[in-house]
Amino acid sequence: MSDIKKIKREYLEKLNRELNQDSINQIKTELFGKNGSISNEFKKLGSVAVEERKKFAADLNLVKEELQEKISKKFHELEIKEINEKLKNEKVDVTLPERSFEQGKIHPVSQVIDEISSIFSEIGFSVEEGPDVENEYNNFTALNTPDNHPARDMHDTFYLDNEKKLLLRTHTSPVQVRTMLKGKPPFKIIAPGRTYRSDSDQTHAPMFHQVEGLHIDKNINMGHLKGCLNYFIKEFFEVDKIKMRFRPSHFPFTEPSAEVDIGYEIKDGKIVIGEGDKWLEILGCGMVHPNVLKNVKVDTSKFQGYAFGIGIDRLGMLKYGINDLRAFFETDYRWINHFGFDPLDVPSNYRGLSR
Amino acid sequence: MKFTIDWLKDHLDTKLKDTQIIEKLTDIGLEVESFQSSSFDTDNFIIAKILSTEKHPNADKLKICEVDIGKENTVKVVCGAPNARKNLLTIYAGPGSIIPKSQVKLSVSKIRGVTSYGMLCSESELNISEESEGITELLDKKYLNIVGKNFFKNNNPKVVDLSITPNRPDCLGVRGVARDLAASGAGKLKEDVKRKLKFKDATKFKVTITKHKNQGCTMFGSSLITGVTNKESPKWLKEKILSLGQKPISAIVDITNYVMFDMNRPLHAYDLDKIDKEIIVRNSLTGESFQALDNKEYKLEEDMCVISDRSGILGLGGIIGGTRTGTELNTKNILLESAYFEPRSIRKTSKKLNIDTDAKFRFERGIDPESIEEGLKKAAYLIKEICGGEVSKFDIQKIKSSKKNQINFKTSLFEKITGFSVSDKEIVKILNEIGFEVKPLKGLLKLSIPTWRPDISQPIDIVEEIVRIKGFANIKTIEPEKNRIKPTLNKQQKLFHFIQRSVASKGYYETVTWSFTDSKINKFFKEEKKEIQIINPISSDLNVLRNSIFSNLAFYTKKNLDRGFKDMSLFEIGPVFLGNNPGEQLTVIGGLRSGKISRLNWNEKDRIVDVFDAKRDTIQTLIEVGFNRNKIFIDDKTPSYYHPGKSGSIYLSKEEDNPVAFFGEIHPNIIKKLDIKTESLVGFEIYLDYIKETKKKLKDQKSQYKQSDFQKSERDFAFVIDKYFKVQELVEIITNIDKQLIKSVKVFDVYEGENIPSDKKSIALNVTIQSFDKTLNENDLEKLNNLIISTVELKSGAKIRS
Repeated sequence: MSDIKKIKREYLEKLNRELNQDSINQIKTELFGKNGSISNEFKKLGSVAVEERKKFAADLNLVKEELQEKISKKFHELEIKEINEKLKNEKVDVTLPERSFEQGKIHPVSQVIDEISSIFSEIGFSVEEGPDVENEYNNFTALNTPDNHPARDMHDTFYLDNEKKLLLRTHTSPVQVRTMLKGKPPFKIIAPGRTYRSDSDQTHAPMFHQVEGLHIDKNINMGHLKGCLNYFIKEFFEVDKIKMRFRPSHFPFTEPSAEVDIGYEIKDGKIVIGEGDKWLEILGCGMVHPNVLKNVKVDTSKFQGYAFGIGIDRLGMLKYGINDLRAFFETDYRWINHFGFDPLDVPSNYRGLSR
Repeated sequence: MKFTIDWLKDHLDTKLKDTQIIEKLTDIGLEVESFQSSSFDTDNFIIAKILSTEKHPNADKLKICEVDIGKENTVKVVCGAPNARKNLLTIYAGPGSIIPKSQVKLSVSKIRGVTSYGMLCSESELNISEESEGITELLDKKYLNIVGKNFFKNNNPKVVDLSITPNRPDCLGVRGVARDLAASGAGKLKEDVKRKLKFKDATKFKVTITKHKNQGCTMFGSSLITGVTNKESPKWLKEKILSLGQKPISAIVDITNYVMFDMNRPLHAYDLDKIDKEIIVRNSLTGESFQALDNKEYKLEEDMCVISDRSGILGLGGIIGGTRTGTELNTKNILLESAYFEPRSIRKTSKKLNIDTDAKFRFERGIDPESIEEGLKKAAYLIKEICGGEVSKFDIQKIKSSKKNQINFKTSLFEKITGFSVSDKEIVKILNEIGFEVKPLKGLLKLSIPTWRPDISQPIDIVEEIVRIKGFANIKTIEPEKNRIKPTLNKQQKLFHFIQRSVASKGYYETVTWSFTDSKINKFFKEEKKEIQIINPISSDLNVLRNSIFSNLAFYTKKNLDRGFKDMSLFEIGPVFLGNNPGEQLTVIGGLRSGKISRLNWNEKDRIVDVFDAKRDTIQTLIEVGFNRNKIFIDDKTPSYYHPGKSGSIYLSKEEDNPVAFFGEIHPNIIKKLDIKTESLVGFEIYLDYIKETKKKLKDQKSQYKQSDFQKSERDFAFVIDKYFKVQELVEIITNIDKQLIKSVKVFDVYEGENIPSDKKSIALNVTIQSFDKTLNENDLEKLNNLIISTVELKSGAKIRS
């Protein structure tokens, strides 16, 4: 048996044993070090007869590669073993709490305003706004509610001057006036916003939210009004069918005027919208009074249309089962946490209003 | 407006059931507030027998009674009445019942440790007599066999309560309601009974309406009724008055009230013998006063319409009478007044004096001027019938005559407005039934408006009448078209909605608070702004419009801290006010953060929130809105409610004149004065109006995509620099040295203390350098290195740290 084969057998046997890093390095030196067995074999290469040299070299290289491969495999095994050994001591209790993340909340009123805007956007309304402080003309007179008229008693007004010329708007209707005065028909707008009345009890807050709607064009009649509100209510409550009733009423700025009730019932202590034999008043509406149109310089022989006003807070209460109106404005952290919405939950037409 | 169905049937022949009438009322625009028995729910008062009594263990005067209420189980009631004894028949009220006298709702309650289910009632508590000593004693003979039955026979008729809109004074009388119902097909309006009244010409009595520019009375009708015997009203009349929820007083007063509610014709009865010579209807003079029937003394201003005699004021016309000439049970001769007062005058006077009466409520809405005589007739007839006496001929003084108004109505307008059609014939029929006289006239209808309808003045009002009576259910539902001519939101509105959610996504809870606030809190945040007072605030601590978003946020943060929350982030987006004129307001988003970060955290060290938390939230929000961080400029001048050393203002670029936002710690003095108990309170405000015009649409802001693939290098520097030198400026100096090569400058250490002079600080920076053209060699880098050091030293006075 040649030396090469002997070396190979001897060292393969050695390498098959359990070895630590040092012993492997020792073997590596014994084979490939300056005076290593394999290195020495290579030194012999010159003295081998020419005719055998080629084979000798080939054999030697094969053995060299085999041993080298075996050694690196051995190292690798050792590494894996060491890592596994180490991991055994690295176990953490993953049931410990995760790092904290604080997500904020969107107030239900804001969410509902977004929902409302999204619905009306679909049928071509754009959003207008007006100031919270209004003059008496825009809030009342232009809206066909003259001074010393009992209709003014329907609104308990906050005044900002002794002459009662400046006030906090009692409804969003002055936005109608502003919108029509600065533009030309057709108008198709909604105007959500803060409104103020000086009464305060369990069901009234001195500040609340309304959304005004106004659609003025040629030949817009009460059928359009009914269709628009019917569409809105169905979309808002996300139901296919809704029981709705238009009831004659009176607002100085619309004629004919109506209040709209929706059907509901109480099931398991919760209010269910759309069915049942009870009625709930949710909004006021009507055809814009010719006096109002004249006040805002709209030609009543050509244009007519409807307007409506809806209580936003109340809609939110109904949709999301909130009982107490006053709680909307009391900034109780627990309440906001409970009823608030995730900021990523943006109401939209294509993803649906609510999840 | 209240009435019973029976009363309604005095005027309306109808076959409809009560519930159908109620529905019909709602359908024609007379909103039914409620339909229920007048005084109280009689079912809750039960004839009961006391089976046994024992002494209350904890109270000498109380007894525990075992009571048979006709049910399988007896109930235990704690009772303090001395006459509560075994075998007594009495009246029991269970939990849930409302005691008529006190209006207290009973519930199961513990009395001195013993549970009592309901109570045993005294006669006075049930309003059946004044007897309040002890509980009711019922006779065995009459009641023994009906223990468990209701004590009260349910003969209280149900009362309709209508909420009448201000445009419909005609329906403030039962007859008006009946007329509307008849028109809508609910039945037939009964002919008004023509009563024969014999007049006797008694002594004439002088009534004058003085001519005055602002005379509030235009007609004054009167009748003298002499030799009457005033008395308690007969049963039918009493019941009518009671059904209104009012107290019967005397026949004369009850009759005037009855006529008012029946035909919406307010009247007033004077004791004729107490009037000094004559009636003068005139305007008051400043300082005049009189004692009104509500027992209050009113001091009048100039120009209020008063009824007076030679001695002075008798009453405020159409609002309230006076005590001096009020009728009493011994009144023998009366003067009955039936007048017309101008709504504006009534309203002005009653507002000034803050008086609200049934008469005032009606006159300010407009009474039928034609009802003067009819009202006198009806009342005089009833008085004569009940109290006897002789009626003089009516005297009617007028300074202005009423006339019927006319309208020309084109019937096509109806369909134009409502979208459905009704035949001309039916239109005429409806209008006739609600009192219009109709004359067809070449394609239109000539209408005379009934005098009881002051609300009707133009064709649109006629449309409303027809559609109301015809029924709103006839209006078609036209599906809305889904097309949009204009974007739903404008730029500023989009910003509002975006920034709201941007801030919320940083851990802030959104709140909505009043636009007004407490001036005592507001003053801490108002700076130079004008205080805007509310003239009639809802309460003294909500008396001004807020000048800052912080006033309410601070208040509610404190409230939540007091609730036990420590680490909170609250924000609000909404208006703050600069003045009391429309438009003098700004939209602000503001947030407050309190407490600590990572409190009670098992793997992170806690720390208090600080100015850099507020700064991150503000700047990150502005970046999300679309602004470039590298252009944002920070200044350290801020409003005085921020900590003077730990707050900043943000400009969208160095060139801007106004900051768009502030951030920082809230001034410790304010925290102390508001008694806010927290380790730390930081906040920010962003002014949406100031970021208005500065922005292109985001899609147009993106520059061309260009990146370098050549190797980048990083170099660290440490400069010792003046303590008050701003790092922002230092970074800017470095960045400006070579904007092509210097890609970023990061501050990774700020140090003051040992080895650094006390007026200096050490800033360590990491600069990333990369070229678009080549890989930079040592030489290039060294050159830039030296340039950075020399430029910084030259421009900032800093020294490189060796």
